[in-house]
Amino acid sequence: MMGLIQSGVGSLAAMIPIQPAAASSIARGVDRLYLVLSGITAFFTVLIFSIIFVFMIKYRRRSDGEKSAETHTPLAVELTWTIIPSLICAVLFVWSAALYVQNARPPASSTEIFVIGKQWMWHLQHSEGPREINELHVPVGVPIKLTITSQDVIHDFYIPAFRVKKDALPGRYTSLWFQATETGTFHLFCAQYCGTNHAEMIGWVYVMSPTDYAAWLAGGEKTESLAQQGERLFTQFGCDSCHTGEAGAQAPSLAGVYGKPEKMANGETRIVDESLISQAIWVPTSVHLPNYKSIMPTYQGQVDSEQMVRLIAYVKSLSSQERNGK
Amino acid sequence: MAAHSAHPPGFAHQFETVAQQREAGTLGMWVFLVTEILFFGGMFTSYIIYRSLHLHSFIQGSHELIVKFGATNTAVLIFSSLTMALAIRTAQVGKSKGQIIFWLILTMILGAAFIAIKLRYEWYRDYVEGLIPGVSWLDGGTHTPGVKMFMCFYFFMTGLHALHMVVGLGILTVLVIMTARNKFSSQYYAPLEISGLYWHFVDIVWIFLFPLLYLIGGRYPGS
Amino acid sequence: MSTATADLHDAPAEPGVNYLNASYGIRSWLLTLDHKRIGLLYLAAITFMFLVGGVAAVMVRMHLIEPQGALFEPETYNKMFTTHGIMMVFFFLIPSIPATLGNFLIPLMIGARDVAFPKLNLMSWYVFMIGASLAVFGTLAGGVDTGWTFYPPYSAAYSHTNVAVVALGIFIAGFSSILTGLNFIVTIHKMRAPGMTWFRLPLFIWGMYATSLIFVLGTPVIAITIFLLGLERILHVGIFDPAVGGDPLLFQHLFWFYSHPAVYIMILPGMGVISELVTAFARKKIFGYSFVAFSSLSIAVISFVVWGHHMFVTGQSIYAGLVFSVLSYLVAIPSAVKVFNWTATLYRGSVSYEAPMLYALGFIGLFTIGGLTGLFLASLATDVHLNGTYFIVAHFHYVMVGGAVMAYLGGIHYWWPKITGRLYPDIWARIAAAIIFVGFNLTFFPQFMLGYLGMPRRYAVYPAEFQVLNVLSSAGASILGIGYVIPLVYLIWSMRYGPVASSNPWKAKGLEWTIPSPPPTENFAEIPIVTEDAYNYPVADAHAYPDAPGVARV
Repeated sequence: MMGLIQSGVGSLAAMIPIQPAAASSIARGVDRLYLVLSGITAFFTVLIFSIIFVFMIKYRRRSDGEKSAETHTPLAVELTWTIIPSLICAVLFVWSAALYVQNARPPASSTEIFVIGKQWMWHLQHSEGPREINELHVPVGVPIKLTITSQDVIHDFYIPAFRVKKDALPGRYTSLWFQATETGTFHLFCAQYCGTNHAEMIGWVYVMSPTDYAAWLAGGEKTESLAQQGERLFTQFGCDSCHTGEAGAQAPSLAGVYGKPEKMANGETRIVDESLISQAIWVPTSVHLPNYKSIMPTYQGQVDSEQMVRLIAYVKSLSSQERNGK
Repeated sequence: MAAHSAHPPGFAHQFETVAQQREAGTLGMWVFLVTEILFFGGMFTSYIIYRSLHLHSFIQGSHELIVKFGATNTAVLIFSSLTMALAIRTAQVGKSKGQIIFWLILTMILGAAFIAIKLRYEWYRDYVEGLIPGVSWLDGGTHTPGVKMFMCFYFFMTGLHALHMVVGLGILTVLVIMTARNKFSSQYYAPLEISGLYWHFVDIVWIFLFPLLYLIGGRYPGS
Repeated sequence: MSTATADLHDAPAEPGVNYLNASYGIRSWLLTLDHKRIGLLYLAAITFMFLVGGVAAVMVRMHLIEPQGALFEPETYNKMFTTHGIMMVFFFLIPSIPATLGNFLIPLMIGARDVAFPKLNLMSWYVFMIGASLAVFGTLAGGVDTGWTFYPPYSAAYSHTNVAVVALGIFIAGFSSILTGLNFIVTIHKMRAPGMTWFRLPLFIWGMYATSLIFVLGTPVIAITIFLLGLERILHVGIFDPAVGGDPLLFQHLFWFYSHPAVYIMILPGMGVISELVTAFARKKIFGYSFVAFSSLSIAVISFVVWGHHMFVTGQSIYAGLVFSVLSYLVAIPSAVKVFNWTATLYRGSVSYEAPMLYALGFIGLFTIGGLTGLFLASLATDVHLNGTYFIVAHFHYVMVGGAVMAYLGGIHYWWPKITGRLYPDIWARIAAAIIFVGFNLTFFPQFMLGYLGMPRRYAVYPAEFQVLNVLSSAGASILGIGYVIPLVYLIWSMRYGPVASSNPWKAKGLEWTIPSPPPTENFAEIPIVTEDAYNYPVADAHAYPDAPGVARV
C-alpha cells in the first residue's frame, strides 16, 4: 500500500509524508511488521474487490426474468477459507507477541528518567538531578528507561519516532524503554485525551551524541541527584522518625526492600515497586504489613508527585547501596 | 380474530395460543433476570476487586454494620419468598381470590418490613453517625478513605437492591388489584408466576449481599 | 411487477388499508403498539440524532483544515468531537439497524403479527427519547468535553462540563437497548410461524439475535459503570479516583467490557442486512448458510472476551496483553468467513445493481479494509505505536461508517418500498451511493496515514507537517456530507411523489415480500406456514436440489 503510493505518484508523495522517522532500536522491527500487515491488507482488499468486479461483469443480470445457476457449498471450500485466515492470524500473533515481549523488557543497564504528566505539560527528572519541562535530552545508543506517572488525569507518553507509548496513570507507575539510534529532534505527544489543552501537551525529544549529552548535563545548574533530594525530603517529612531502619522500630526498615516480594497482612504477596511505595505514602491503609500497627498517617496533599518521585528514587537507592555494600 | 374469542382475559392479539403467550412471558422474565444478574454483577465484581485491594479497610467498614438487623432482614425476605410461592400455588390450584390476596398482602407486608428495618435501624443510624459518603460523612477516627469506599459500595448495592424491592412492591400492588378484579384463574395465572420469579430473584441478590457485606472478613474468628 | 407471491394469501379484510393509513393523528402514532410504526418512530428519532452528530463531525473536520485550528478554541473543539462521538455511537449507531429495521422486519420475516411484548416495545422508544433528550439538552446547555469514552479521573473530577446529565442520558437510553434486545430474543424464540425452523430463518434474524444477546448481556454492565461514574461525580466519593485508592483502569475494564461488544452491536445487524441484499440481487441462495449464521453467534461470544485490546498501553501485564491479543485475532476469522461467503454468493448468480446492491458491495469492500486494519491493532507491537492515533479513528470509521452505516443505508433503500409503499428514483440512489463511497474513502484513508505518522487523535491543533493529509480528509468529509444529504432529500420526496411500489419490487424471497406494501396492521391475514429454506430462489437448470426439500410454497 505504502510502496504503491511511493512509486506511483511521485509528486504527490513528495507533498504527503508517508513514513515517520524511525530512530530507535525497535522502530525497524515494528515497521517491518506494519509493512507486512499492510501487504496482507492490500492483498485481500484487492482480491475481494477484483472478485466482486469480475462477478459483477460475468454474472450480470441479462434479462428481467433470469434465474441464477445452481451452486453447492462444498465443506472443503468453507474450511479452506476458515483455516487459511486462522493460520495467517496465528503467524502474525506469534510474530507481534514476540516483538512486544522483547520491546516490553528494559535492559538491566538502562538509565532511569522519571516522567510526570500533568495538565498540560510533561515534567522530566533525570536521576542525575536535572529537571526539564516538555523537553527530553537523551544520549544516542544508550538504553533509557522511563518511569511514568501522572499527577492528575490519565495521560499517555508517546514518541512516534521511537514507536513507544505508555499511559501515565495517577497513583501508579508504568514504564517504557528505548534506545535511540540516531541523533536529532523528535516529537513528543500526549496520546490520551486529558482535557482542554490536550493538543498542547507536546514537546521535543533531543537525541544527542554522548559527548554533547555529557556537556548538556554538565552545563545546567548544579543539582543534587534525585536520590539525595529524596533523602532530604525523607527527613523533612519526618519519615525517619518511624522508619529508623533499626530492629524493633515502629515501622519497617526500607533498606533493600525495593524490587523484593513483601507479604501483606491479608496474606497477599506484593512486589515493592514504585506504585506500592507511592500507595504506602498516599494511602497507607492499603499497604498493611503484618507485625506492624496501621498507624502511618496519609501524606495525600502533602507530598506532591514530584516529591514522590524523589522519595521513590531515595528508597530505590537504599537497595542499590545495600547491593553495592555486599 | 373471531376464532380467538374463547381465549381468557389478558390474551394479547399478537399471540396465536395461550401457551405461546405464557412461554413468551416466562422466557422474557428469565432474559430480564439475566440482564439483572449482569447489572449487579458489575457491582459485585468491582466490590470484590476493591475488597482485595483494601482488605483492611473493608473489614473495618464491615464492622460498622450491625449483623442482627441484616440477619433479621434475611429471615424476613426468605419468609416473603415463601408467601409469594404460596400465593402462586393458591392461584394454581384454583383457591378463592381472597386467599390469593391474603398471601400477596402478606408478601407485601414482609417486603415493606424489610425496607422499614433497613431505613430505621440501619441507614438512619448511618446518617446520624456520619457514615453516608457524600450525604453525611464524618472524617477522622475509624472513618478512613478505605472505609468510605466500603460504605460507598454498601450504599450503592443495598440501595439498588432496595430500589428493586420498591419496584417489587409496586408489582405486587398491581397483582392484588388484578386478583380482586378476577383476572386470574387456575388456567391463567402467568403474571403471578412471572412476578414471583422477579421477587425470588431480588431475594437471592440479598442472600449474596448479606454475607458479602456483613459477615465475611474476621468478624467471626475461625470462619 | 410480480404479483405471483403477493396473492398467495387472502387479501386483507379491507383492501387498501395498511398500517400507515389505518388510523390518523399524532396520538395514533405516539400511542401505537404496532412494531412497524414503532420502527418508524425510531427512524425519525435516530435520523435527528444522526444530523446532530453529523453537524458536529463537519465542524470537527472544518476546524482541522488548519494546523492552528480554523474555527474554535480548544475547549469548543473538544466538545464538538465529544458530541459527535456520543450522538453517533449511543444514539445513532447502536439503535440504528436494530431499532428501525429490526423492529419493522423481525415479525414480518418470521411470520408473526407483532413482537412478543408490544407495550414494552413502545416503552423502549419512550425510554430512548428520554435518554436522547437529556443528552441533547446536556449538549446544548454547555456540552461535554470528555470524549465519548468518559475516562476517569478526567470525567469524574476534572471536567467542568455537563458530564452527569449526558451520562444519565446514556444510562437511560441503555435500558431502551436492554428492553429491545429482550423483546427480540423472546420474539425470535417464541413467535416464529409454523415451519419457520431456526435454520430456515433469514440471516438478518440471526444477526439480530446475536445483537440482542449483546444488548442483554453487555448493556447492564455499561449502565452500572456510567451510574457509578455519575455517583462519583455528584457525591465526590472515590470509586475510580486514585486519590482515595480507587482504580481508574477498572472503569476502562468495565467500559470496554460493554463497549467493545457494542462495536458488534453496530456491525452484526449490518452483516445481517448484507446477507439479505446480496442474495436478493444475485437471486441466489446464500453461500454457506450455517457458516454465516454461526459466524454471527461466534462473533457475539468472542466479542465479550477481547476488551483488553483497548488497554495494551495502560501498563496492564504482558500476559494479559498476550491473551487479549490472541482472542482479538480470533474475531477476524468469523468476519473473514462472512466476507468470503458473500463474495461467493455472487458466483453464477443473476446479479443486478440497483442502489441497495451498490451499498452492499460497498459494505463488503470497506468492511474488508476495516476488518483487516483491525489486525494492526490486535498485534501488540504495532498497536503500541498506533493506539490513540488517527489510525484508530480511521479503523473504526471504516467498520462503523463504511460498514454499519453503509449497511443501514442499503437496508433502508432495500425495504423502503415495503415500509412506505413507494419507490425512490434509483438513479439518484446510485449516484448517492457512489458519492458516499468516494467521499468516505477520501475522508478516512488519509487518517490511516496520519496515524502511522504519529498524529494523536483528539488534537485541536497539530504540527504543520500533518496538514496536507488533514486537508484531504476534510475535503473527503464535505463530499461525504453531500452524499448523506441526497438520500434524505429523495427519500422524503418519494414518500409523497414516488411511484407506488408493488408488494415485491425486487422479486425477492422472504415472508415480508409476500404481503402488500405497505403491510396491513396485522401483517398477515393468516399466519403463513413455511415449507422452504431461506433464499430459495429458483435456479435455471432445475434438476433436483438435494438439500432443499420443500420448493412448493404453502
